[in-house]
Amino acid sequence: MQRLLVLIWKELLELRQDPRMLPIVFIAPILQLTVLGYAISTDVRNVPTVVVDWDRSTESRRLVEAFDASPYFTIKYTADSVEEASRWLETGAAWMVLTVPAGYGRDVRTGHPAVVQVVADGTDANSASLALSYTSNLVAAYAQEVAAARAPSGVRAPGGLRADVRIWFNPELSSRHFLIPGVLALLLIVMTVVLASMGIVREKELGTLEQLNVTPLRRWELIVGKLLPYGLIGVIDIFLVVAVATLWFEVPLRGSFVLLFLMSLLFLVNTLGLGLFVSTISNNQQQAMMSAVFFFVVPLMYLSGFVFPIDNMPAVIQPIAYAIPLTYYLVILRGVFLKGVGIATLWPQALGLAVWGATILALATWRSRKTAG
Amino acid sequence: MRKAIAVGRKEFRQIARDRRTLAIMLLVPVGFLLLFGYALNFDVKNVSMAVQDRDNSSESRALVSAFLNSGYFRFAGTVHGDQELHRLMDRGRAILVLVIPENTGRAIRRGEVAPVQVILDGLDSTTGVAVLGYSLSVVRSVSNRLLLEQGAPVPGVPPVAVEPRIWYNPELRSALFLVPGLIGFIGMITAAVSTALSVVREKERGTWEQVRMAPINTISYIVGKTIPYLGLSIVSSMGIVLAAMVLFDLPMRGSWLALLLATTLFLLAALGMGLLVSTIAESQLVAFQIVLILAFLPTFLLSGFIFPIQNMPVVIQAITYAVPARYFLVALRGIVLKGVGLGAFWVQLAALVAFAVVVLGLASARLARERG
Repeated sequence: MQRLLVLIWKELLELRQDPRMLPIVFIAPILQLTVLGYAISTDVRNVPTVVVDWDRSTESRRLVEAFDASPYFTIKYTADSVEEASRWLETGAAWMVLTVPAGYGRDVRTGHPAVVQVVADGTDANSASLALSYTSNLVAAYAQEVAAARAPSGVRAPGGLRADVRIWFNPELSSRHFLIPGVLALLLIVMTVVLASMGIVREKELGTLEQLNVTPLRRWELIVGKLLPYGLIGVIDIFLVVAVATLWFEVPLRGSFVLLFLMSLLFLVNTLGLGLFVSTISNNQQQAMMSAVFFFVVPLMYLSGFVFPIDNMPAVIQPIAYAIPLTYYLVILRGVFLKGVGIATLWPQALGLAVWGATILALATWRSRKTAG
Repeated sequence: MRKAIAVGRKEFRQIARDRRTLAIMLLVPVGFLLLFGYALNFDVKNVSMAVQDRDNSSESRALVSAFLNSGYFRFAGTVHGDQELHRLMDRGRAILVLVIPENTGRAIRRGEVAPVQVILDGLDSTTGVAVLGYSLSVVRSVSNRLLLEQGAPVPGVPPVAVEPRIWYNPELRSALFLVPGLIGFIGMITAAVSTALSVVREKERGTWEQVRMAPINTISYIVGKTIPYLGLSIVSSMGIVLAAMVLFDLPMRGSWLALLLATTLFLLAALGMGLLVSTIAESQLVAFQIVLILAFLPTFLLSGFIFPIQNMPVVIQAITYAVPARYFLVALRGIVLKGVGLGAFWVQLAALVAFAVVVLGLASARLARERG
């Protein structure tokens, strides 16, 4: 035990001597979370819109004002023809063209069905479908207003089904609440997989790993001693990131912080094991870094459900997604942050993390015995 | 010029021998496109849906089957009580639960308003908004059909209606938006990483001294260094554009010449960035780290690849102007999806030229100083 402590102390000293370490450990996570937190959002607000108003009546102006007043649209340009308006769509300066045909005001006044045309730039399919659904909601609400003003009072509204929608867990449907907990996972991966693998390979390069191998340290002591300091960095980052997420970005933490912390520790075992594994398949720091980034960090980022839902992926790719520890950790993070659920619900994911962590650690230990033995 | 060619030939031979660089430039792009092209998808389908039908009338069954036949929902089970509902939602087994209260059918037959409950998991907001839209439209159409069958008054044609038209991507397939972004991302990574390592490697191996002493000027050296990587990365980028057209039905509505021009300018900017990093860093490791921070994350997050720039706060938007992929994506999507000509994106091309000139200029200045 004493030998283990000495080794950990040596590792910490080494980390402290590296002048790049301190900013990487403390400032980078906060900076990254801030930039990420603000940059990542798939919400749509202020859709830049061109108006082509051929009617120029009080009614058409009221409709255009309703669009401009909505937080989802901003009237940026007005044009006299769709051709003129399409220029802005082509350059991407506007995403939508709202065309009010001539006679619109008369139709509304006389009770004829009036139609307004909307052209959306479908290039960004996600934003376009959001913008279109906001448009139809806005026009439907506006139509109801018109109908209510026109209908003689005392007539009973027609019957039929009415959907009574309740949105759980994220009632404002804010993409930030969905994405920011994932950033914690991303940062832990970048900080621990990359740093741990490079740290161990550095000793290999410098030849000091040989020296450690001939000391009376047992292998598990060596591995624990090498990995623990990076684990400690990870723990500090957990606190920093959770603080920024809840206090600055106001992501609700509805579940227990203790559970979140314990699960993060379990996830850290996974990432550290992965770091150790990468170090055993690399001969120098550069290889370690490239393998870590190309084979682990990028696939984890895209395939774990961090941004792109796993359910949307083709059946061939889904098994890969479920073979990734980050997938389980993300379910846990979002469950604890937004759903406020406990271990009774999250145990399958926790089990997945435990099995994955044990496997990768065993594999890495076995490989390191082969390469260093 | 002859000297530049000589440097280029030397560099080319070195790349051919260095398996890793060659793999980064040729295999990583194809692998990434294959894997991520399929995985990156916002198109919501097969949403798991649970049902609590407390009415069990022909009307309620019609509503449930309309949901399941819409193509967007997948049946995930029936719910018998509140506790079970909570369990399904908490575990994420169901994204949507449709609760039909007792007497719904009778209320409809009497011409009354019959509320049904739609409980939606809003965790993933993108999916949530889409599912919300689907379910509202299913409920509306079933309601109208049921009213019509009974000869009850159907809510008339709304006084104002929208007639939507979608240009460029009428089926709103998210792949058409994301795959060009992926092409830019892959191009940036491969071009910047491979050059970032090139000059540093010479420093690490000690061949840098020979370069310093060689009778070539800095410009020839830079040109010679850049050309082979430019050639390789143009070939690999065009390869993945073609692969994307075959695999993901990416259309090609504009001109190939414009595409080649935009790609070349973008890769030149990326290579220049890599080269600049290479002149600053002392080791390949540091070079790789700097590239990660300067090229990798910004291209993923700040280029408009996935997250629309327009939604970002002004300060972050200002940063995006320094991300070359931002300009390339506008041009690339403009050419392949919109079929627009140079007139629509010359500003972006000019920005790429300016970026390339600045980074290559800085790289030459630094190299010239180091060579003394």
